[in-house]
Amino acid sequence: MPKLNIRKGSKIFNTGKITLHALQDINLSIHENEFVALVGASGCGKSTLLRIIGGLESFTAGDVSVDALPIVDPGLERAMVFQDYSLYPWLTVAENIRFCRELKAHQKDNSLRATYHAIGRAHALMELMGLEHISNAYPNQLSGGMRQRVAIARALMPAPEILLMDEPFGALDAQTREVMHELILHLFAQERSTIVFVTHDVEEAIYLANRVVVMAPQPGRIDSIYNVPLPPAGQRHLDMKLAPEFLSLKKEILQRIRATARVHTDAGLLDKLTKPHHHDNEEGRSL
Amino acid sequence: MDFPPDTLHSTAPPPARAPTPHPAPLWAVRGAMSRKMHVAFAVLGFCAVLAVWLGLAESGWFNKVFLPRPQDVAQRFYTWLVEDDLLKDVSISIYRVMGGFMLAVIVALPLGLMIGTFRPVQAFFGPVMEFARYLPAVAFVPLVMLWVGIDEGSKVAIIWIGTFFQMVLMISEDVHRVPMAQIEAAQTMGATREEIITKVILKSALPSIMDSLRVTMGWAWTYLVVAELVAANSGLGYAILKAQRFLQTDKIFAGILLIGLIGLVMDQLFRWVHRQRFPWLYA
Repeated sequence: MPKLNIRKGSKIFNTGKITLHALQDINLSIHENEFVALVGASGCGKSTLLRIIGGLESFTAGDVSVDALPIVDPGLERAMVFQDYSLYPWLTVAENIRFCRELKAHQKDNSLRATYHAIGRAHALMELMGLEHISNAYPNQLSGGMRQRVAIARALMPAPEILLMDEPFGALDAQTREVMHELILHLFAQERSTIVFVTHDVEEAIYLANRVVVMAPQPGRIDSIYNVPLPPAGQRHLDMKLAPEFLSLKKEILQRIRATARVHTDAGLLDKLTKPHHHDNEEGRSL
Repeated sequence: MDFPPDTLHSTAPPPARAPTPHPAPLWAVRGAMSRKMHVAFAVLGFCAVLAVWLGLAESGWFNKVFLPRPQDVAQRFYTWLVEDDLLKDVSISIYRVMGGFMLAVIVALPLGLMIGTFRPVQAFFGPVMEFARYLPAVAFVPLVMLWVGIDEGSKVAIIWIGTFFQMVLMISEDVHRVPMAQIEAAQTMGATREEIITKVILKSALPSIMDSLRVTMGWAWTYLVVAELVAANSGLGYAILKAQRFLQTDKIFAGILLIGLIGLVMDQLFRWVHRQRFPWLYA
């Protein structure tokens, strides 16, 4: 049975006169311990789909369920990492990571053992993400990469079964991003959770995921799904990005995205734009 | 071989590069400044005003009734303190400002929080507040005297009217500016609505709310003077009004300066609390 199941999901935004099909007839099953990346041209609804899985939004029609239980709102078995600005600037790194312990939903077991376990997990996560030396720093003292590490550690703190990541490295530079990729793969191999990852970077999607779901806009829909022919997370390394099968998959996916994005260069229009007066004069003369 | 371009056509030796980095230029656009320099410039600013005043007053162009000399004002300040119970005037004024201001905060804080958080509350109160904000508080003076009388309540009420509506709108804006990602992060961690309000929205907006309160505190002083000019028999505003009747221009000056000074101290106090209370903004 799939961990996460989406059946005939569609979402329609009605803003006055305009009706927008943000998502149409989405069918997707994600299995336990699978890493699925959602890519696609802007406006394809990949972030909306992730937010629906997270319980922050909902389908207009259709079902989404975790372990066959329908998702109606955010749940403790699902955690989410946002692109930026989601950390609490008034809390230190360690306090941010432990934030969920402040919430009633996570205080059902307040025994000493559970508390010790939580402290231990917070420390383990900080060590895993390389944050021990800055545990007392405030988020605005950190670089973007470090802030995202804290955000990931915070999401992992309650040991979620499903981790949802919405372009988590979109604001980072290329080098920091590569470091984060290694970290995510290491973490995925260790934590053995299920990850749904939204990105606009196809290379990132292939390098991290087991499956890449290509979505298309207008209406937002699943265009195609690719299995990634790379070894499991723990055995991937950067050189694989140059392997022929990696590159051909990247090319294929990019072509699909371009084909669905409906972006094309109109040679005639360009010509008109660059020599407008010339054409006008000619027409004037002929008249 | 590489030559600096200017050495190719000139016989003069190229100017030596300064081995040490330039000191930060003082007049750089958005440049930096040391703390000492900052204080020096601030003191200089006050001294300049004082010097202009002293110069004009000593020039003999103006009658002393129109422009008293700084030393006259200082002298008046001293006699006011020793003989005329300055401290009583100051304390009653501070008491009124604080009363009106605190009453405004007590209502504006929860209301602003709700307006900035819940759309129905925003739709219900927002437009009314926007309207009320343009009602001139000064014009309420006769009404307030009619309704509340001429005792302490009326001054507090005028200050309340003058600050409350602005305060509600500013606080609701501060609350509304809390990044959605912070709220959604809490939602995905299973926070309840109350927890989101108390543990995220309020905590996140508090520094800017504090700034809004600092700004409205300044307006509270303005309305205090209005209230005391019209309906009082004590306080700094009343003292200024009384001084006018006796043509004690130096006392008017002293009163105005004193209000400015108290405002400055309050402002600095707010800033100090801000730094103490929100260390992450200054880290």
